[in-house]
Amino acid sequence: MVYADHNATTALDERVLEEMLPWLKGHYGNPSSVHSLGREARSALDRAREQVAQLVGTHPSQVVFTSGGTEANNSALKGVAHRLPQGRIAISAIEHASVSAPAAALHRFGWTCDAIGVDERGVCTVEAFEQVVQDDTRLVSLMWANNETGSVQPVAEMAARCRELGILFHTDAVQAAGKMVVDFDASGAHLMSLSAHKLYGPKGVGALILDKALDMEPLLHGGGQEKGRRGGTENLPAIVGFGRAAELAHIELVARRRHLLHLRGRFEELLARDLPQAVIFAGLAERLPNTVFLAVPGIEGQTLIISLDQQGIAVSSGSACGSEHTEPSGVLKAMGVDNDLALGAIRISLGKDNTEADIDILAGSLVSQVKQLQRLAASTAW
Amino acid sequence: MKKPIYLDYSATTPVDPRVAKTMCSYLTMDEGLFGNAASRSHQYGWDAEEAIEGARKNVADLIGANPKEIVWTSGATESDNLAIKGVAQFYAKKGKHIITSKTEHKAVLDTCRHLERDGFEVTYLDPEENGLIDLGKLEAAMRDDTILVSIMHVNNEIGVIQDVKAIGELCRSRKILFHTDAAQSAGKVPIDVEEMKIDLLSLSAHKIYGPKGMGALYVRRKPRVRLEAQMHGGGHERGMRSGTLATHQIVGMGEAFRLAKEEMATENERVRMLRDRLLEGVKDIEEVYVNGDMDQRVPHNLNISFNFVEGESLMMALSELAVSSGSACTSASLEPSYVLRALGRSDELAHSSIRFSIGRFTTEADIDRAVELLHQKISKLRALSPLWDMYKEGIDLSSVQWSAH
Repeated sequence: MVYADHNATTALDERVLEEMLPWLKGHYGNPSSVHSLGREARSALDRAREQVAQLVGTHPSQVVFTSGGTEANNSALKGVAHRLPQGRIAISAIEHASVSAPAAALHRFGWTCDAIGVDERGVCTVEAFEQVVQDDTRLVSLMWANNETGSVQPVAEMAARCRELGILFHTDAVQAAGKMVVDFDASGAHLMSLSAHKLYGPKGVGALILDKALDMEPLLHGGGQEKGRRGGTENLPAIVGFGRAAELAHIELVARRRHLLHLRGRFEELLARDLPQAVIFAGLAERLPNTVFLAVPGIEGQTLIISLDQQGIAVSSGSACGSEHTEPSGVLKAMGVDNDLALGAIRISLGKDNTEADIDILAGSLVSQVKQLQRLAASTAW
Repeated sequence: MKKPIYLDYSATTPVDPRVAKTMCSYLTMDEGLFGNAASRSHQYGWDAEEAIEGARKNVADLIGANPKEIVWTSGATESDNLAIKGVAQFYAKKGKHIITSKTEHKAVLDTCRHLERDGFEVTYLDPEENGLIDLGKLEAAMRDDTILVSIMHVNNEIGVIQDVKAIGELCRSRKILFHTDAAQSAGKVPIDVEEMKIDLLSLSAHKIYGPKGMGALYVRRKPRVRLEAQMHGGGHERGMRSGTLATHQIVGMGEAFRLAKEEMATENERVRMLRDRLLEGVKDIEEVYVNGDMDQRVPHNLNISFNFVEGESLMMALSELAVSSGSACTSASLEPSYVLRALGRSDELAHSSIRFSIGRFTTEADIDRAVELLHQKISKLRALSPLWDMYKEGIDLSSVQWSAH
């Protein structure tokens, strides 16, 4: 089996599991309880907060734990908007559904949502933003890196421009954290979202990083946990796991990056040699080191994915959240990719535990499946 | 350090080892069951989805629901938020009045306060002295523009059980939606959403030996209850709650609920026996008051006020026991319990209360040790209390005019 769908989710690192286990078994206090079991839980929570803060270059007091990236994105956009006068929110045309859907839902509260276009490389530029921004634009959201193409966005530049204009800026760094340097304080962003399960931590936990001076309505009311920013008993085993996963990602970032770039380079070389007609989307942009979003003209993506699955190779057609749909990727549409080509898209997202042998199997199967499908197409066409 | 005796099962429970074992197989690469249930392009995704649907059935079975009526959330706080805000926002055109009670969990109260700031009107019912809601008062509070009644099934501090069946019938007859927070009752009291005419019901995993960070909301399909989602995104959970499903937590909750259904009857008997042993053991201490009705009460809860003893000092003296002076969520504050205040208890009595909550791993020896400690510590603390001396001398403390400094 070769798992190459790490942008959808990653397997939990064994070292992370080890750290989580005691918190599932012996140590089960509620961090809000004052007895010693509760206090023990509290100090584990503080440690995890430090570990996450360190990965993204900020102070622990700016880390709010959530149930995941989706909650972090919803909290950020709705929470901030709720305390601002009604106005406009601008988001890039390639945001994840957990940003675009809450941004659209702000309509209920009298907000208008504008989309900022991307260029053919899949990059949302400040120039494009200038086309969209209006006097009452109060909130902007631009992801750090795209989940489908892996294209890295000019976050610091956009944040700087927003600060000049007095606009609050949020970035979804769910895909970027752990794969590249993500420095919240240096980026100039006001808010940032993270998820643990994309970096070998557990599902069901994430974080909202925010400028602690920011006024925000919590998404979850009740109990006053997380300094009133997020109600609900803290999911301690998962938070401890997130902390450890973040620590490992921080320590191993350079090595992981080097390994992924090497594997991806090998894959793309094999692809160029054996399937020269394949198109790599956002190939001209700076990309996450693990992501290749590609299509072979004339080959339908879904068919290719199913035949790869039968070979024991797990890839996807794009965002897992959109994988029920057979429509072409919205990201590719925004980039102006031709509809037929977009329907051929498959996403390969590598992980730290993939090996050279995996790459050879992956590329080999991809090439042979494509050739088989081409032969099939040729015979039926005739 | 020796661990204290845990008597705080209403704050949280340890994960049952059988549950932990199930969870562990859905995490790492070795077992191959770590997939994203939303991935529809490979086996990893399908396996995760299958496990999640099995768990959904286990949760539905405990409350007499259809699995399709279960929406996964990150816990009861999120379930309460989703139920109340979701209904309020969806039905706002129909009416903007909500009824709840003063003894609800903060997840309900804070959510209602938030809605008040957003233009809704909320009636907070006073419970009777035994902690129960008077149906006549509930009915009197209902108006033509009432869209929702939210009354918890079992109170987290005093453990009293509300007559949700009667409340459900009343709400149904008035065409008002009925939400109940069942975080403290699931697995302890039989629940049947059909028979009780419940429209929305919040569940938590970590109160019944499942993992933290996991809960569910029951949302009735017939007659259909509509909600405005509070977490928008990939459209998971039929659009009612987006976000990648935490497979290991979900299977943990499913296993915990399956075990609860299987073992509830025998476990309740054992726990009730321990609780009665505890009550029996402290009854002979003077000036001890049980808070909340003793009949309409879950077997694992005992909330007692020890008059003339300050709750926080008592808790510190009882460091060998892990107990609480009320809800964990408010225990960082030194305010007296708002639940006990709503019952009409004086500040002094509210301040001197301790909640004992017993559970699956409590033993007779634990209870006996607790009784022994209570006797020792209370007499020691009272020996230091001038108020206790005055009381013993027969002075009516409520008549004393305290001078202000």
